[in-house]
Amino acid sequence: MSKRVLHLLLPAATGALFIVIWYAVVFSLSEEMRFLLPTPGEIIAAFQTNGAALARATLNTAEGALLGFGLAIALSAVLALTLSVSSLVRVSLYPYLMMLQMTPVIIFAPILVLWVGPGLKSVVVITFLICFFPLVVNTTQGLVSTDRNLVELFRMYRASKAQEIFLLRVPAALPYFFTGLRIAATLAPIGALVGDYTAGSSAGDGGGLGFQAIIYSSQAKYPALFATAAVTCVLGFVFAAVVIGLSWLALHQWHDSYERADK
Amino acid sequence: MPAPPIVEFSDVTKRFGDGPLVLDRVNLAAQPGDFISLIGPSGCGKSTLLRLIAGLSPVTAGRLRVDGLTPEQAAAELAFVFQEPTLLPWLTVRRNVEVPQVLRGLPAGVIHATSRRVLDLVRLGDRGGAHPRQLSGGQKMRVSIARALSLAPKILLLDEPFGALDEMTREHLNEELLAIRQQQAWTGFFVTHSVAEAVFLSNRILVMAAGPGRFHTEVAVPLAYPRTEATRLSRDYHDLVAEVSRILRSVETAA
Repeated sequence: MSKRVLHLLLPAATGALFIVIWYAVVFSLSEEMRFLLPTPGEIIAAFQTNGAALARATLNTAEGALLGFGLAIALSAVLALTLSVSSLVRVSLYPYLMMLQMTPVIIFAPILVLWVGPGLKSVVVITFLICFFPLVVNTTQGLVSTDRNLVELFRMYRASKAQEIFLLRVPAALPYFFTGLRIAATLAPIGALVGDYTAGSSAGDGGGLGFQAIIYSSQAKYPALFATAAVTCVLGFVFAAVVIGLSWLALHQWHDSYERADK
Repeated sequence: MPAPPIVEFSDVTKRFGDGPLVLDRVNLAAQPGDFISLIGPSGCGKSTLLRLIAGLSPVTAGRLRVDGLTPEQAAAELAFVFQEPTLLPWLTVRRNVEVPQVLRGLPAGVIHATSRRVLDLVRLGDRGGAHPRQLSGGQKMRVSIARALSLAPKILLLDEPFGALDEMTREHLNEELLAIRQQQAWTGFFVTHSVAEAVFLSNRILVMAAGPGRFHTEVAVPLAYPRTEATRLSRDYHDLVAEVSRILRSVETAA
């Protein structure tokens, strides 16, 4: 059997085995306990009965995640450029940026809702906070890690500071930026979900996936809860896939993280 | 009356901070068209000497004139080829060659015409669309040389550019460098550890001594240009290699 076929068959087999075990566990439970773990079939059925609510919630969460993520990219780029230009600013701020990166935003989520207001605004701010720090830290690292020989080359040709930054430091920082972007992309849907979990109920638009999860949970609609998790998972995949695609476009021709092109 | 020297060192001394003397009262007058090789033990200041000419580092004492100007003022007239190819990996070969012209803000038409010409000069006209990682070590070095030539410098400073390459590639590139020089005249300063390379390329060899760095002996290389593979087989060439090797050995044992 060719390696390629094997690489398709093996994960499919694992998935099938997993589903078999899942059903086995469900049917090993006593009748009255079975509601705690819905079967894959029940989850798919939940998609059909709750389709409209889930679709609306997904769009709301995706909107919050996208806005927060975009805001984080834009502002982190500005801050990273500032930090890279001035070592004094960098030395003063960097330790605190690292510290803030470690701070669990979820603890502040309830109070953030009071600060910035309910609904989408809170979702965007929380997503932004979660995505911002890995982006700043990685991009700054990239901007100050430019090959010294290349910097010297630019100085020899009397490049202006702006030329050095935009023709040399920024493209050289791209691999670092994309590392940060990959981390942030997986965090963005989670951030939006956390934001929605705390702030979604107050939104006039019916809230997003986080709020939907609260509703299904309180109503003991567990198949629908699992369906919500599945949708969030797909949303995360979409974010990650887009970033991986962009990263490939920007780097595959020259960066060592992608396989060498033929000689 | 001889032409005024294009590069003139008068009692040039160099010291980094409070460190030891790197160059001690160096005197040199390079005539336009000279190809001067600098050879000597590690720490004799050969690379530092190139960096002084390039204005990458200031002289501590003495006077250095490049085409009648200070090195800083003369920056536009010289180009540097580093030990490493020093290419921007995200740019194609052609874009890499165009970097100095882009930094200087030349019009696009001029930039394209020049990059095409210098890439042809280093025989990489068909690789303009490739990225550096698709090239061999020797090809990357040729791109680096093409980039240096793109602003038509009066002076080319080469800091051991072929040191990392295998013997065959190095010999080929030596021949190519001289062939390029037939088409685009410049005054060359070439740092190397290879006596054979120094004799093949240059009309003047400066053997340097270390501790502190200074000129020990100058050897004139009267072999006629253009030099080819046949030059390497000649008696004169071998005698010169032997002579320079002997001087170099005496410098190194003295140190």
